[in-house]
Amino acid sequence: MSNVAIVLFGELGLDRAAQGVAGAAQGLKAAGAGDVTAVVVGSAADGMADGLAQLVDRVVVVSDPALEDYQPETALQALSQVLPGVGATTVLLGNDIYSQEITPRLAARLGGSSLADAMEVTVEGDSVRATRSAYGGKALAVYELKRSPAVVWVRARALEPGLPTGGQAAVDERAVQITAPGLAIVERKAEAQEGVRLEDAQVIVSGGRGLGGPEPFEVLRGLADAMGAEMGASRAACDAGWVPGSWQVGQTGKKVAPELYVAIAISGASQHLLGMGDSKVIAAVNTDGDAPIFKHCSFGIVEDYKNVVPRLTEKVAELRK
Amino acid sequence: MRTLVCMKQILDPDLPARDFQVDADAREAKRGSANLVTNIFCENALETALQLRKSAGGEITALCYGGEHAEDVLRKALAMTADHAVLVSRSEGGTSNPDPATVARVLAAAIRQTGEFDLVLVGRESGDWGVGQTGGLLAEELDMPCLSLVDDIQAEGGELTVRRQTDIGFEVAKGPGPAVLTITNNEANVPRIPKTRDVMMSYRKPLTTLALADLGLDDDEVKAAASYYEVSELYLPTKEVDCEFAEGDTVEEKVDAFAGRLAEVVNSVG
Ligand SMILES: Cc1cc2nc3c(=O)[nH]c(=O)nc-3n(C[C@H](O)[C@H](O)[C@H](O)COP(=O)(O)OP(=O)(O)OC[C@H]3O[C@@H](n4cnc5c(N)ncnc54)[C@H](O)[C@@H]3O)c2cc1C
Ligand SMILES: Nc1ncnc2c1ncn2[C@@H]1O[C@H](COP(=O)(O)O)[C@@H](O)[C@H]1O
Repeated sequence: MSNVAIVLFGELGLDRAAQGVAGAAQGLKAAGAGDVTAVVVGSAADGMADGLAQLVDRVVVVSDPALEDYQPETALQALSQVLPGVGATTVLLGNDIYSQEITPRLAARLGGSSLADAMEVTVEGDSVRATRSAYGGKALAVYELKRSPAVVWVRARALEPGLPTGGQAAVDERAVQITAPGLAIVERKAEAQEGVRLEDAQVIVSGGRGLGGPEPFEVLRGLADAMGAEMGASRAACDAGWVPGSWQVGQTGKKVAPELYVAIAISGASQHLLGMGDSKVIAAVNTDGDAPIFKHCSFGIVEDYKNVVPRLTEKVAELRK
Repeated sequence: MRTLVCMKQILDPDLPARDFQVDADAREAKRGSANLVTNIFCENALETALQLRKSAGGEITALCYGGEHAEDVLRKALAMTADHAVLVSRSEGGTSNPDPATVARVLAAAIRQTGEFDLVLVGRESGDWGVGQTGGLLAEELDMPCLSLVDDIQAEGGELTVRRQTDIGFEVAKGPGPAVLTITNNEANVPRIPKTRDVMMSYRKPLTTLALADLGLDDDEVKAAASYYEVSELYLPTKEVDCEFAEGDTVEEKVDAFAGRLAEVVNSVG
């Protein structure tokens, strides 16, 4: 039977991403795959195991004190001891960086194949396929994973969250042997975060290279406040040091899908679109009417942002209920 | 610090979407008139290595596994002042999209043959297929620890201090090498532009070329290079939207029309 395992990290909790991973696993089961086992590594809050038990068929908690804080080396040791016992042919992980970095190494240790950033995974008999974008979002590719298990991290926040199965799965503890790593993470810093996470924002105002410097981002901030929006940026603006790298939206930045994404002085390179193309409504301000971004916009204005943003801010503030 | 940087040649990722075409049968992009360039994150990795060399001393070796034109990648690396360059030539008739397990095996064999290294740097992902699996698989081949999304490396008395970006901020790792690190971009590792003099010098620096046979690898197996995964379909996404451009006789009118549309959406969000 082609059973499915999902791997989650206790310290990240049962967030939207974890729910998306569970949803993907449920989808596979509904399409004929076998049972779903959730393996939770780290300081697994009991709440997480309980919540998960409503979404999957079995929960395995690996909460050795040595796994309290995530380390790639210890997480891998734990998972490569636990997963063979689970007997899954498909192992799904989320799109947090921990999952991303251990995916290929976990596959290697289990003798399987790995893939990144899958938007869809299908299982038919022994064959596991996954669809993802390629060439910086200019193409879509279907991959066939040849070795078993297929270890895949999925674009979790964009996937339908799992629904309660109606049951309450058994929760088992598994003991593991952990050796302390040489190179180890010793410090963890969260950047001061005002408002909600970019990935969870409903409205985003994003600025690009055409703004020409850090100051105009202050002006954009006024617009964002008027709209109740979070702020993002293109890679060009982040690389220039105008705004923090954590603002970057795109292939190698945050993947966002708000109700409204306003791109200001952003050309709409495929790599940027890869991070925000799933937004419900996209609007853009750009001096160049042929800018690729307009091909993905519902609303556009061909103008210098300097002539647009101040009045736009006032008007939106007026019209906002 | 003895640092090795893995550098990949890819189809220019700046090729605009409207000029991009795929060969559905070969399941890869048509090259057309596009350039082949070094993957940007490999250049970020080299830049990081160059800065580390400045602060901690040592030497840098650039390594590329690639086809006909891959030497360009290494000449550029030498022009950016890497000390040594090693090219593993991909054999004629082989796939141009080898799977990452095969690439990692080839790179690992070349690394073992080339020398001992304290650090092996790779890009976080490549700008063509963007799978980002090679670094992790290479770490497993070399039996080294691995940390991803690194944007700063310091070394003192054999101890590495490595900073990496996370979803919410950053993390710092410390410990001894050797290690494989995947490098991402930040404002400090924007690749330098080689000086004209260094470009000229790069042609005088030695470049070692190795064949797969030199590495004791089975040519046929590497040529097939699809035992890990295979791309079974490649196609262009079709999504395009009709844009409603704000109209008006004056800028103010246009902005007001645009504002009306945005406000509608914002109000529907609540
Ligand atoms: C492997 C790889 C990964 C990448 N990942 C990402 C990623 O995650 N995110 C990302 O964003 N990019 C990414 N990129 C970079 C991407 O290819 C583009 O280079 C980048 O998105 C361009 O940013 P931009 O639109 O701000 O700048 P540009 O492309 O330079 O566009 C600036 C725009 O501003 C307009 N403009 C200029 N002046 C004004 C004005 N006064 N008023 C209004 N408009 C004006 C111009 O018409 C132009 O359209 C990646 C690239 C590679 C190769
Ligand atoms: N053919 C290659 N030659 C040298 N390095 C490579 C090659 N393929 C991948 N890499 C390295 O692995 C990184 C990630 O590539 P990928 O896994 O293909 O996304 C690249 O940035 C390179 O550092």
